[in-house]
Amino acid sequence: MTTNLYFEPIRLPAECEALRAEVRAFLAQEIAAGTFDPHRPGHGDSHNQAFSRRVGAKGWIGMNWPKKYGGHERSFLERYVVTEEFRVANAPVRLHFVADRQSGPILLKYAPEHVKMDILPRICRGELCFVIGMSEPGSGSDLFAAKAKATKADGGWRINGSKIWTSNAHIADYMLGLFRTSAPSKENRRHGLTQFLVDMKTPGITVNPIIQMTGQHDFNEVVFEDAFVPDDHVMGEIDGAWKQATSELAYERSGPERFLETFYVLLELIRVLGPEPDVRSAEGLGRLVAQLHTLRRMSVSVAGMLQAGREPLVEGSIVKDLGTVWEQKLPHRVRELTAFLEPDSTNRTSLEEQLAFATTVAPKLTIQGGTTEILRGIIARGLGLR
Amino acid sequence: MAGENNHIVAEVAARIFADLADPQTINRAKDERWKETLWHALDEAGLPLAWVPEELGGSDASLADGFAILGVAGRFALAVPLAETMIAGWLLTRAGLLAPSGPMTVAPVRPHDRIEVHQDGTLSGSAFAVPFAQSSRHIVVLAEDSNGAVIALVEIRSCQLSEGQNLAGDPTNVVTFQRVKPLRSGPAPAGFDRSSLMLMGSTIRSVQTAGALEAMLSLSVAYANERVAFERPIAKFQAVQQNLARLAGEVAAALAAAGSAADTIAQADLFDDTVVLEAASAKIRTAEAATEGSSIAHQVFGAIGFTKEHALHRFTLRALSWRDEFGNESYWAAELGKQIARRGADEFWPLVASR
Repeated sequence: MTTNLYFEPIRLPAECEALRAEVRAFLAQEIAAGTFDPHRPGHGDSHNQAFSRRVGAKGWIGMNWPKKYGGHERSFLERYVVTEEFRVANAPVRLHFVADRQSGPILLKYAPEHVKMDILPRICRGELCFVIGMSEPGSGSDLFAAKAKATKADGGWRINGSKIWTSNAHIADYMLGLFRTSAPSKENRRHGLTQFLVDMKTPGITVNPIIQMTGQHDFNEVVFEDAFVPDDHVMGEIDGAWKQATSELAYERSGPERFLETFYVLLELIRVLGPEPDVRSAEGLGRLVAQLHTLRRMSVSVAGMLQAGREPLVEGSIVKDLGTVWEQKLPHRVRELTAFLEPDSTNRTSLEEQLAFATTVAPKLTIQGGTTEILRGIIARGLGLR
Repeated sequence: MAGENNHIVAEVAARIFADLADPQTINRAKDERWKETLWHALDEAGLPLAWVPEELGGSDASLADGFAILGVAGRFALAVPLAETMIAGWLLTRAGLLAPSGPMTVAPVRPHDRIEVHQDGTLSGSAFAVPFAQSSRHIVVLAEDSNGAVIALVEIRSCQLSEGQNLAGDPTNVVTFQRVKPLRSGPAPAGFDRSSLMLMGSTIRSVQTAGALEAMLSLSVAYANERVAFERPIAKFQAVQQNLARLAGEVAAALAAAGSAADTIAQADLFDDTVVLEAASAKIRTAEAATEGSSIAHQVFGAIGFTKEHALHRFTLRALSWRDEFGNESYWAAELGKQIARRGADEFWPLVASR
């Protein structure tokens, strides 16, 4: 419990800059080859198997995992550079991103050796897509109200119930999900959930698409009917998933993807304003730049803390709170700042197309991966208020 | 002096402030005699001339150590011209000029104020809102002639001063120079101009503001845990928790932005585009945090925090005043926006990702 917040002004080491140049060259090549269009987010499929495999071949998935599992034993800061360059370019990373960011690290920590040896190298090669199974129709932010059940069977567990808002479930190979193995205890309502690795090809699993208001298909409902999960796919302590959940949050919440989601509209704003903007536009742009720069410096600093083996839960939650609120407001700010421009300004059409997309995507940014309210609750707990 | 990462000097400063500049204690003081005792102790510890090398009369601390001292000064809402004397000493050193003892300040502190150097070396012009001018013995002026910038040490008594104070009641004066003869002067180094002084001043104010915000957060959290309303500590109400979490976010942003700018300046040889990005961003973001953060802190404290008697205003009003010195957030946002626009969209991300 502390009010001492700390953000060391990390400078990225030299190896990061060499890597950054390599990543930019790779992305430029992919763009030139027509793999994706950096200026048209929301167009084309962000799930691209061939691309993910090329990224894997570059050694940019599982970058900081042990070599014996296909990883590359590079630093968090190097992974940071790759993540931010891919995000800024709007590269199609959907297939491997969740596995790289959070599923792999969970497996590394809790999976039996033979499961690690089987799955982790395939993640690193860009072959596997993971989905997170946490929310249910009756429980979202209140994770520990989950009801979908795992019942002990011979050699494993039978799962029944459903998970919802599961991004990528329709393309995923595996789910890491929380399932109820016991009732909550009187003393601890978080007791009784266990984390399982579920092969999505298991009989008894149905994936029902849910179309988002942007028109995109990202999340789903996943229904389990007596789906069998073997014993060696239990991740960590039975009934004790609540102890495991929090330490991963700093990884999930503080990355550059938590403030760069609508970055393209800022770039387009700079294009549309041209080299000599009026004072109103210049001031508006300058504030956005200062806010973005600050978020990035905070986020890099958290990556440095992770590298140093710390668990900056409060700092990580702050980055996601500020970052997602900022990226959510960004399209609205850009809209205001371009309100007085001539309709035939250069790039105006492309800006409007981007704004339309960013504006419709914006509401989800402060909901996914921990809502603003939940994050502020975590921050308040860190401050010693609850 | 201490190494870069342990900042022993900052600990020395913290001890002096705790003993002689405790905000609650001096808030109750009947007169200003504490200032003299405090200054004497700071002087003894070599803090005012921390950024001046020994051969020029100072104690030769690193820039990083000096910024650490100023962060602590912000946490105490220090109301003596320590930061002003430090930047004045730093500015004198740019021209290799010997530093005098006693409190100093600098001019200009507004980006558009221009002090002119005449052929005979005398200075003319006005500098607005100069902090602590009336409490200082000397003022270090960045003046300009047709060849560039000149750094000059001037006795305050040879200038005309208007009466004035900032929101927190600290003196700020219009300083007018009418053919004033400096005690000594010298050319600024190549490439060093008024903008360089504004960037350094902005970074200093950013670091102090982040410190003041840290204090606002710890005071507010402590108060929320102890103040009981509706039969429980107000910290137990979600609405209050959400407000304090937002305050923590503003404090975090201010600390990160100011810390990054200070670190950049401590490493930089020139005031280039990277320094502009860092220092301007820090000033903009810490000023925004001061606006947002001080209103949340006051909201948590309710009526008691609005009294003269309570020390909260010492932090909030200084943080709000510091927004305006060395270029306010709107000024820097326009400057930064112009720079980014001039560089163009393709050069934007490479600049942001450059460190």
